[in-house]
Amino acid sequence: MTRKTIAASYLGFLLIMLYAPIVIIIVFSFTEARVLGNWTGFSLKLYASLFQGGVTHSLTGALWNTLIIGLTAAFVSTVLGTMAAIGIFNLQPRAQKAIKLLNAIPILNPDIITAISLFLLFISIGISQGYTTVILAHITFCTPYVVLSVLPRLYQMNINLYEAALDLGATPLVALWKILLPELKPGMISGFILAFTLSIDDFVVTLFTIGNEGLETISTYIYADARKGGLTPELRPLSAMIFVTVLLLLVIINVRTAKKINYKTI
Amino acid sequence: MKLNTDNHIITIEHLSHAFGGKTVLEDINLTIRKGEFVTILGPSGCGKTTLIRLIAGFLKASEGKISIAGEDMTQTPPHLRPVNTVFQKYALFPHLNVFNNIAFGLQLKKLPQDEIKKKVMQVLKIVTMTDYEERDVDTLSGGQQQRVAIARAIVNEPKVLLLDEPLAALDLKMRKDMQLEIKAMQKKLGISFLYVTHDQEEALTLSDTIVVMSEGVIQQTGTPTEIYNEPSNSFVADFIGESNILNGIMIRDNLVEFAGHQVECVDKGFEPNEPVDVVLRPEDIYIFEMSDAAQFSGLVTSSIFKGVHYEMMVTTPEGYEIIIQDYHCFEAGRTVGLRIKPFDIHVMKKERHCNAFEGSIWDSSHVRFLGHNFKCNDDHGFAAGTKVKVQVDFNNVILQDNEEDGMLGGVVSFILYKGNHYHLTVLTPENEHLFVDSHDIWDDGDQIGISISPESIRIEKL
Repeated sequence: MTRKTIAASYLGFLLIMLYAPIVIIIVFSFTEARVLGNWTGFSLKLYASLFQGGVTHSLTGALWNTLIIGLTAAFVSTVLGTMAAIGIFNLQPRAQKAIKLLNAIPILNPDIITAISLFLLFISIGISQGYTTVILAHITFCTPYVVLSVLPRLYQMNINLYEAALDLGATPLVALWKILLPELKPGMISGFILAFTLSIDDFVVTLFTIGNEGLETISTYIYADARKGGLTPELRPLSAMIFVTVLLLLVIINVRTAKKINYKTI
Repeated sequence: MKLNTDNHIITIEHLSHAFGGKTVLEDINLTIRKGEFVTILGPSGCGKTTLIRLIAGFLKASEGKISIAGEDMTQTPPHLRPVNTVFQKYALFPHLNVFNNIAFGLQLKKLPQDEIKKKVMQVLKIVTMTDYEERDVDTLSGGQQQRVAIARAIVNEPKVLLLDEPLAALDLKMRKDMQLEIKAMQKKLGISFLYVTHDQEEALTLSDTIVVMSEGVIQQTGTPTEIYNEPSNSFVADFIGESNILNGIMIRDNLVEFAGHQVECVDKGFEPNEPVDVVLRPEDIYIFEMSDAAQFSGLVTSSIFKGVHYEMMVTTPEGYEIIIQDYHCFEAGRTVGLRIKPFDIHVMKKERHCNAFEGSIWDSSHVRFLGHNFKCNDDHGFAAGTKVKVQVDFNNVILQDNEEDGMLGGVVSFILYKGNHYHLTVLTPENEHLFVDSHDIWDDGDQIGISISPESIRIEKL
């Protein structure tokens, strides 16, 4: 009995330590105080001023940039990653293993290495840093994750499905569009969501590829803001909202996979 | 002659196929007539699925020609071939319901909606699945899924329907029912079916013509009765039904000697005293109380009730084991008489009388064949490097349990019981076949060592 209590309280302690910072941010997003830690009564004023522009105009700008970069990068890497996964699946087993290893390297590679190498690459081929470079960089580190979420769908799939479509008179392109892609759709959606969250979450790679033309994303804005001394209070509601959004996306991914598993056991 | 070829819906000429240097099909020649039910029968790995995939167009032939409906289609991609396939694992499209699965091919042809609907309903009726059109395919049982798969294929009115082990995933009872249905369906539709299976009973039940394959080569083509009653070699005899296959000697026309007795038969056209293989079907041997009518005597060593008949093992005084099926039971321990009518004896030409290899002389006391230098007698009198023919009798090859003990290793790939010994086919590391007579019991797939003594190696000029 005591063992159980100790185990439970240990787990509770761990969870509190993990989530306390986030909970504090969320709680203090509902008050007006400029300094974090002062509770001056419940208020939605910070939320309101976040969306009204004015003083925090650059913050909403950064939010839009983040969303546009995230959606573009997620879309492109989903297309590229799905094509790559289909290609890998059709390779000989040995080549398949080799390419899967190559695919895993960018995932395991420390962000800072990816960031510096991309930075040097863009400079050496002379692309001016800005939207293009950030999006290219995000596509680079998101694509391997999409490959990883699409490949299992391919391995689960009945290998004769594509052939059956050809057999019934579909050209290879029609078979891809009408049979293969619908089969891969769940993996592609998971891959898209994963890529999107990775993109809005990224700081290191973004910082190195965003250039100095005044382009900001949420992460670079917060960093710059913090260095100027003192965080803009509107960051509290923004963080709370990003956290909730990411949490929702994660829940969606998990429910989707859980559904798949349930389905299999029936 | 012209009329005859017009009747052929599929003609396959000298078709060969290799995967990564390994030949899986070798010089296949096959014709399928309009409305014919042809079954390709063989053990797994014999190349039968490769053959059907070549006809469907999923694989491109390494060599040879495939004509469908009089047109050369060897290089035609699958979506342009007038054939449709029923896959072993159904391969129904999971995101489409029954109706849309079946309509898939018709929709690609851009037929009007009402015509598609009419055709789909028609085939659903043929496969007895009316009222299922709105169902999700995952909610169907295996048998129902297979019916939808067949419907999806035949709705396109193919010239030939290809079926790749379509019933392999179903249980026995379901399989038997579906066999009859498929046969009836083929009669009704009047199109040719090319059916692939490893189940000999299925092949005998369904087919107009059976093509028996082994190791990428067609062993025999014929009607079910021809294949059963007159197998052309010991592989076919052993694979189709149960049989006693014994070594024999054709003394003269209509007289064959086996198991130590000379017996009248109806086969002729062999050389005097030519060694042959004798096939006796277990149900063709008469078994009775020992009497003067007996050609053979024997002791029953086991007797098992099999439902319709008893299966008895009888050992003759000469040491041959013969399997017999009869409605009457003779218990183990009884002495019985056996008799075989002349036309129930099937005599087959032997494919080979000893192992023969191409080799070359290494030095005065070694000859190289099967990728190994074997010690041989030093009186061959050939110069080193001379190409020679090397012969070794089946019973002079020594097999060892441990691969390392032999001069070279090998894998047992086929076992044939010859009444008093086993005739083994051993695959050497260089993918050559070595045939061995052995009294020991080996299993399929056993890794073994192979040795040959110098005095057993006969060398001749090539």
